[in-house]
Amino acid sequence: MFNPTVAMLTVRATLGRRRALLFAIPAVALIALTLAVRATHPAGTSWAAQVLGDFGFSVLLPLTALILGTGVLGAEIDDGSALHLLATPVSRSSIVVTKFAVAAVLTMAFAAVPELIAGLLAPSGGRLAVALFIGALAGSVIYNAVFVLASVVTSRAIAVGLLYVLIWEGLLGNLVGGARILSVAHYSLGIANAIYPDKDLNAGLGLTTSVTLGVVVTVAALVLASRRLSAFAIQGEPA
Amino acid sequence: MSVIELNAVSRWYGNVVAVNDITMSIGPGVTGLLGPNGAGKSTILHMISGFLAPSKGDLTVRGNPTWRSTEIYRTLGLVPERDSVYAFLTGEQFVRATARLHKLPDEAAATRRALDMTDMGAAAGRRIATYSKGMRQRIKVAAALVHDPEILLLDEPFNGMDPRQRLHMMDLLAKLGAEGRVILFSSHILEEVERLSGTIQVMVAGRLAASGDFRAIRRLMTSRPHVFNVRSSDDRRLAAALVGRPYTTAVELAGSGGLQVRTSDFGAFCAQIATITRDNGIALRELLPTDESLESVFGYLISSQGS
Repeated sequence: MFNPTVAMLTVRATLGRRRALLFAIPAVALIALTLAVRATHPAGTSWAAQVLGDFGFSVLLPLTALILGTGVLGAEIDDGSALHLLATPVSRSSIVVTKFAVAAVLTMAFAAVPELIAGLLAPSGGRLAVALFIGALAGSVIYNAVFVLASVVTSRAIAVGLLYVLIWEGLLGNLVGGARILSVAHYSLGIANAIYPDKDLNAGLGLTTSVTLGVVVTVAALVLASRRLSAFAIQGEPA
Repeated sequence: MSVIELNAVSRWYGNVVAVNDITMSIGPGVTGLLGPNGAGKSTILHMISGFLAPSKGDLTVRGNPTWRSTEIYRTLGLVPERDSVYAFLTGEQFVRATARLHKLPDEAAATRRALDMTDMGAAAGRRIATYSKGMRQRIKVAAALVHDPEILLLDEPFNGMDPRQRLHMMDLLAKLGAEGRVILFSSHILEEVERLSGTIQVMVAGRLAASGDFRAIRRLMTSRPHVFNVRSSDDRRLAAALVGRPYTTAVELAGSGGLQVRTSDFGAFCAQIATITRDNGIALRELLPTDESLESVFGYLISSQGS
């Protein structure tokens, strides 16, 4: 399933682009924000769950996953270099799974690890940091499956992904309870909250629901993306 | 012996017909797919290479449909038109990665062979980002050849090449064709492929307009009637000299000075005009072929094939 050559090409293409620096910006922002709040707030107040839960799970994690998840395959489809990969007998599901795995691992490095570091810098430290880290690991997996699918389905995957993150998760997810059922951020928060319950995390889903839906969404997205890529057609020439 | 078979194949996008009811079979050797831009050449190549489904008709390679088949790529190599490659790799890394994607038993030997065939051995250690247009084309060909495919499809391989690079590519394609491979390339400029022999399929507006031996089509091309605007130091004397030639069908003195010459044989006129002016002591100031649009050239080919 996992193809090392595809993975090598993907890692080099992703980190080689000048865009690579972009992934680091949200992570640096989170750590800077944590340090700033820590310096200005007296010890003992509980702001960590809010800052790390809110900024970490509704900005850092989804944006990093969005850039990476839509880029690993989408960038190659956009510029046409995907043809060199697709004109080989490598199975389409293997391409999708490998690209997804690379994006998920890079998102863990650029979003989940910074979340852990920021959690350890916060006063409540320890268990909250670990809980947020595990939640973010899960989020890295689920988000990227969804965004890889988006990049195979539409050439405007980044716009679609942004709308999903900002409107569906950011707005509806907080206003309308039902929207959380289809919110990756809430699956991640649900998992983090189960490990370290904190009402400031504003978790709306329980552990079982979060894990079940997370698995279903991930598997379904990867299967759909593979099927979509099997029917990959070059966009028509303007006649 | 045909390897690629198209039987009444059509492809449309919405209500635009890109390929209209094409039947052709392509066998070993070099075949050129010629036609003006938008004639449907790329659409045909994309369908053969499994990256587009025919809207109607049957398309098979060795009897198997190519759409949604990854197995086809074991015997088929594709050189896409777009210049996008993994530019961060060296040429060698790119070809070798392709060999690995094909799971070749001896990827190092296959890589060396493909680089040698395309004469890219010397530059293989450099990053593709530093390559010229011609070298990029060749490294794409090397990657497409690494698994020793029976069929090689090339979409506009001569685009943007200088004459020397073009000659080099033609020699390579001729060599591959002579080895018994099926080489199918597209081009929108007839003169680009003058050195290649083999079969030509001419497409105009989604239809197969003419097909046949390259030399026959080439002869039709060069002996086509043509109109030239000529300016010289003595238009009347030049007119008199030209009227005496068998290929001149009409000469007209234009009101604004200069001549309009109609000839029945483009090639003969071009070959002799310089000698005629020199022998008569006339200085040639301007020689402008009119009506040189691709559409008119291909249009002529269609009408002469039909007659």
